[in-house]
Amino acid sequence: MTNPPGETTPATPSAPGALSRRGGVGRRLLRNLVAVVCLTVLALLVLATVFAPLLTSHSPTRPSLLDTFASPGAAHPLGGDSVGRDVLARLLYGGRVSLLGAFLAVAVALLIGVPTGLVSGYYRGWVDAAFSWVASLVMAAPAIMVLLVAIAAIGPDANAAMTVLGVILAPGVFRLVRASVTSVREELYVDAAHVSGLNDLRIVRRHILPVVQAPTIIQAAQMFGVAVVIQAGIEFLGLGSASEASWGAMLNEAFANLYIEPTLLVAPGVAIVVTVASVGLLANALRDTLLEGGHAAPARRLRRTKTPDSPPADSPVRDDDGDALLTVRNLRVSYPTSDGEATVVDGVSLSVRHGEVVGLVGESGSGKSQTAFSVLGLLPPEARREAEGLSFGGKDLRRLGGKAMSGLRGRRIAYVPQEPMSNLDPSFRIGSQLADPMRLHLKISAGEARKRALALLERVGIDRPERVYDAYPHQISGGMAQRVLIAGAVSCDPDLLIADEPTTALDVTVQAEVLDLLRELQRERRMGMILVTHNFGVVADICDHVLVMRSGKVVESAPVGQLFANPHHAYTRMLLASTLEDAPTRTPLDDGTPARTTVQEKA
Amino acid sequence: MMTNPTPRPDTPAHGSVLEVDEVVVEYPAKGWRTPPFRALHGVSLDIRAGETVGLVGESGSGKTTLGRAVLGLAPVREGRIAYAGRDISRLGARERRALSDEIQVVFQDPYTSLNPAMTVGDILTEPLLVAGVSRGAAGERIRELLDQVSLPADAAHRLPREFSGGQRQRIAIARALCRDPRLIVCDEPVSALDLSTQARVLDLFIEIQERTGVAYLFITHDLSVVRRISHRVAVMYRGEIVESGDTRAVTSQPQHPYTQRLMLAALVPDPDRQRDRREQRRGLAAAGS
Repeated sequence: MTNPPGETTPATPSAPGALSRRGGVGRRLLRNLVAVVCLTVLALLVLATVFAPLLTSHSPTRPSLLDTFASPGAAHPLGGDSVGRDVLARLLYGGRVSLLGAFLAVAVALLIGVPTGLVSGYYRGWVDAAFSWVASLVMAAPAIMVLLVAIAAIGPDANAAMTVLGVILAPGVFRLVRASVTSVREELYVDAAHVSGLNDLRIVRRHILPVVQAPTIIQAAQMFGVAVVIQAGIEFLGLGSASEASWGAMLNEAFANLYIEPTLLVAPGVAIVVTVASVGLLANALRDTLLEGGHAAPARRLRRTKTPDSPPADSPVRDDDGDALLTVRNLRVSYPTSDGEATVVDGVSLSVRHGEVVGLVGESGSGKSQTAFSVLGLLPPEARREAEGLSFGGKDLRRLGGKAMSGLRGRRIAYVPQEPMSNLDPSFRIGSQLADPMRLHLKISAGEARKRALALLERVGIDRPERVYDAYPHQISGGMAQRVLIAGAVSCDPDLLIADEPTTALDVTVQAEVLDLLRELQRERRMGMILVTHNFGVVADICDHVLVMRSGKVVESAPVGQLFANPHHAYTRMLLASTLEDAPTRTPLDDGTPARTTVQEKA
Repeated sequence: MMTNPTPRPDTPAHGSVLEVDEVVVEYPAKGWRTPPFRALHGVSLDIRAGETVGLVGESGSGKTTLGRAVLGLAPVREGRIAYAGRDISRLGARERRALSDEIQVVFQDPYTSLNPAMTVGDILTEPLLVAGVSRGAAGERIRELLDQVSLPADAAHRLPREFSGGQRQRIAIARALCRDPRLIVCDEPVSALDLSTQARVLDLFIEIQERTGVAYLFITHDLSVVRRISHRVAVMYRGEIVESGDTRAVTSQPQHPYTQRLMLAALVPDPDRQRDRREQRRGLAAAGS
């Protein structure tokens, strides 16, 4: 689905917006309303505390008995506290202590966490073991206790306390950075950078830091909020410096005078709530912005389609062929896009008889898998499926509801996927994954289902069925997993088997064996089969009839012998010419005739 | 296990770009006192200038490990890997970096081998800047490279995700070429591509080789690909090279039982010939059991 088929014409149109997106994060953040509001609020807060002397002429610490519990007014915009200090001045100057303290804690956490995390994740080995051990130790210590002990030892110094808090927060940063580095250093482009001769410092700066950056910034914003609250908590407990104003100290003072002047709580309370909420919301907005771009969209999960294709009332479903098991006439599948609709299957007609293998062959994006999923009723919910005819064993599939369709799937229409491993649930034993559907569909006892499952495993060529029956998926090989899935597919004796690239993920020798197995089972049970593949060797090996697809359309449909002997469409001929089977073999080089300078000269 | 003694006696050592001699690669296993996992059991091969040596085998046979050992990305426990006569199997980081002028790589997966956050221009400039090329000269070289791999010049300003699989692989090839190497390790470079794309990318590899005289260690599981691109081929099975020789000889008269099985398991895009091959394979399997 991802590759446009026109690889020969590399000049793909470059939309203006598709150009380099460097420096785009800031701009995208500014398009997010929440982020803009939060940034503005935080900026105003910082500016207000920095320029406090310009905003108020009062001192935050000088008591004035005349102004004790003064009401808000011209002299004191927010009133006075229990010893007549100006509340606004205390709020503004106190903000310095609170914000600076939180900033200090975050800075310390980052300064410790980021470099150690980078080194640990990048070099691993004993350095990693040592750092991780220390990080676990710090995390295991109860944070509040450590903080209180530290304050008791150092004395009432807010900045020292915040530095200690930074150390306590550092293991969180360390673990985050280490995890990001560990995942990215496995990427092939990091290996390619090594081979390109980049030194470690440069690799870290160019390829690893950008990946670590986003989660770290988000975590830093969250930590800032936490630090503001803890800072206020320490001051509230009276463990900060008594001579300095701070939001926590204001809360402490307000709390002592709760019955005399409860409104004193409002100013510091609002300041703390506004700061923490802005930082938290900003962290959310940052996460949305930083993590949305730069990475491929997650793979779409296939789900049951809601079949929006109620057929025209009088459409005659006519079977051209009395023996046809499946008839598809003029199938169209489309997806809504930003500008209208993208049609991925466009007017496909096909029929499958009992005992016939029909191949759907084409390159990526040709719509072959989408055609198969349409028959299975497994298109994503946003897909639109339309067809003039879609009948299976005399039933009109377009009229079937979800429940009737899932009764048919597994029971009469079975499916073999491309990736055997991802189609087995890793947390269940293979036996139960085989036996449970049989109990559901065939209404048989557990003992009977087990007996049949073991017989099936033996039938698909597994040497010791009992051992595989009790194994978990990770304990068996890919080829064996595909055999298990084939056993599951034929377990309810289906009439039609749909196999989507069933051997693409397998080794050559295993592929041949799995094709043998599919052929035997199909002949033995006279199953109809649709085989989706890109490999003409697979087509030649097993198919009776072939449809060649390109950009959602069938360009050629022919019996297998005729297709290979006498391909009609130019596209089919091009594809067949691309197979390398009869391409010229290269002859051995003559002795010592390097085309350019010899190696010795350059070295 | 060796049916053909070794491929080396018939190839003069003086023309070799790369000589791999009895190389053993071991990965430390998880857990204390667990014996390490031995991925390669004494593997030998050599590649001459301008030559392609195909390395075939199934998954887990050790073919990728051998490529990584040549690139210095896998630990060589025993044996020797020599580039132009000089042992490179245990180089320090600085010496290894100096080799990036000589040995390059194209990986299998064109989706993860390019940094998604960097423009194609940056991806191609990086190795040049490291080598001390000026920005201006690097820009010139990139235009030349993009032209060589048939990508439009404006590709430099775009991100990898805007390109199809085949085009991304062309970008990866351009990156490998930008330092003008003598040897490129190609690890399944066409197996993720569509059929027609695959044929065109292989043609590009051959065309570049004929023009520049670069040598390839071409790792693949696909025999038809090996037949198309290799001068000589080595077959790997369970960490050993079981057979090697000229491509035509090995693919038409395989000697080792594993190579025979491998050849017969390969599918022919022709129903009649495929039926014959299938019968032959089943005959062999019946005789073997």
